[in-house]
Amino acid sequence: MPRLLRRIPPFLFLALLPVFAANAQLTIEIVGGAGTTIPIAIVPFENENSYPLGITGIVGADLTRSGLFRLVDYSGVSPRPTRAEEIQPAVWRSRNADAVVAGSMRPLGDGRVEVRFGLVDVVKQTQLASMTYTVTPAQFRVTAHKIADVIYEKLTGDPGIFSTRIAYITKQGPRYQLLVADADGADPQTVVTSNEPLLSPKWSPDGTRIAYVSFENKKPVVYVQSLSTGQRIAVANFRGSNSSPAWSPDGRRLAVTLTKDGSSQIYMVNADGGTAARILTSSGIDTEAAFTPDGGSLVFTSDRGGTPQLYRASISGGNVERLTFDGDYNVSPRPLPDGKGVVFVRRASNRYQIALMDYATRQVQVLTDGPDDLSPSVAPNGKLIIYANEGGGRGILAAVSSDGRVKQRLVAPSADVREPAWGPLPRQ
Amino acid sequence: MRNLFFATLIAVALAGCQTTPTEDNAAPVEDKSATASQSGAATSGASGSGVSGSSTSGGANPLRDPSNILSKRSVYFDFDSYVVRDEFKPLVEAHAKYLQSNRNARMTIQGNADERGSHEYNLALGQRRADAVKRMMTLIGATDGQVETVSFGKEKPRNQGHDEVAWAENRRDDMVYAGE
Repeated sequence: MPRLLRRIPPFLFLALLPVFAANAQLTIEIVGGAGTTIPIAIVPFENENSYPLGITGIVGADLTRSGLFRLVDYSGVSPRPTRAEEIQPAVWRSRNADAVVAGSMRPLGDGRVEVRFGLVDVVKQTQLASMTYTVTPAQFRVTAHKIADVIYEKLTGDPGIFSTRIAYITKQGPRYQLLVADADGADPQTVVTSNEPLLSPKWSPDGTRIAYVSFENKKPVVYVQSLSTGQRIAVANFRGSNSSPAWSPDGRRLAVTLTKDGSSQIYMVNADGGTAARILTSSGIDTEAAFTPDGGSLVFTSDRGGTPQLYRASISGGNVERLTFDGDYNVSPRPLPDGKGVVFVRRASNRYQIALMDYATRQVQVLTDGPDDLSPSVAPNGKLIIYANEGGGRGILAAVSSDGRVKQRLVAPSADVREPAWGPLPRQ
Repeated sequence: MRNLFFATLIAVALAGCQTTPTEDNAAPVEDKSATASQSGAATSGASGSGVSGSSTSGGANPLRDPSNILSKRSVYFDFDSYVVRDEFKPLVEAHAKYLQSNRNARMTIQGNADERGSHEYNLALGQRRADAVKRMMTLIGATDGQVETVSFGKEKPRNQGHDEVAWAENRRDDMVYAGE
């Protein structure tokens, strides 16, 4: 490939793919950073310039986008290290780097490439990681995300989420699409296209299926669709409305909101369909159920107290407990993966904002300013929350760290984007 | 369909109204502004009592007659509320009595919400708005089987704007008779 093409960002390559790639590529802008960042030098891998896409550029972009890292200039360092053992801590400490990544790419002759990298903490002068991947050039992006995941986990203590995917809904004119893309917005794939509204995509815990609500039959019906085969089943298609799917942590059941017996109430259905078992009973609205990570409880929205508030109940329907008391609109609960709290949407002074409640203290931290921040979804490491800002009829996706410090905007060129859902960590 | 065509002719002839029935979800005769609620209230008291039985005998379809309250199909709601306001009770009552007198008539009530807030909660809110009108109708005399309720939540706004006027218009139930 001509050298010139190296300067074109990878999303342009992908936009040109003819068949399955969708055109609503998201690009990510960082709009606010953490108070402190980890200074890291990522030295281009030996032999990397033989490959147009390379690897370290993507690793650096991933880490920078997290808001927790800043890149230290490597230019002028000679000779450049190509593995952990060649990294000289004093050289990098003088550039104020705390960590350094070095590596190599070696063609194996059969089209595959051996990618090696090492990570050194140059403050403590210890090697934190050393790994080898044997891949084809088509797998460079995936490999770069894996390397970024390793670096992130070694330096922050939390799992990296650069290899995860996100699902979201776009609306362009009368056309709705459910799309799945890499966490950095690359490689969007169309899952469903419809001329009627699509809502509430939710990943199965193993990442192989997506549940969603479709109005294609002129009323809301809940479907579960396989991402690999495209096959789908209507798991909730009862009289009245069927909506708000939520997977159980074992992936075998879904909580759904049905109106078959009156007002919106929460039921359980098997992931392969069948009858629905009612879980809770109230005289008003119960909806937006989500399982707690241990699978033992549901957090949900109910107006049984007069205004929509968050509640928690055991999955047998007992021990109903109101969680929110501040304000007259607290909805869309999404439990944190560590089981210690819940992210939700609150309204205050007519602004819809993303907030986080800690169960132990019941304290609420408001993470975003609004005014139309909706549909939060928590990354599987619990550190980042993606949500939709729907102001003015043209939704964009944004993300905020769970401490509120790092803010990102995910911009699609033309579509109205809403209802994001963060996928699970990939199986190793 | 013949009935519908005939009714349209009469409606045009009598009222000089250009409105033609369409396949649209929207009611065929409808003020486009958010003040529709006020105008609905103004006319409803007067014509509410004129609706009873024998709608098919005269030839004109009361559901299509712009001078008949039955041609009004929308009930508007306050923010966050699914309480039917007093001003719309004559309208709901008129349709309930029509259903009572026309046992073959079937109606779908479509509940809607404005664009602010959770998609899923708005879907439930729209359902409650539709159910609230249905409950009132069945108390008056419509049967459960005559009235189906659905919700479009905030997904199908009639007014595409993003201001108080648009929101007021979109917090709405539409009553659609089978065959319309």
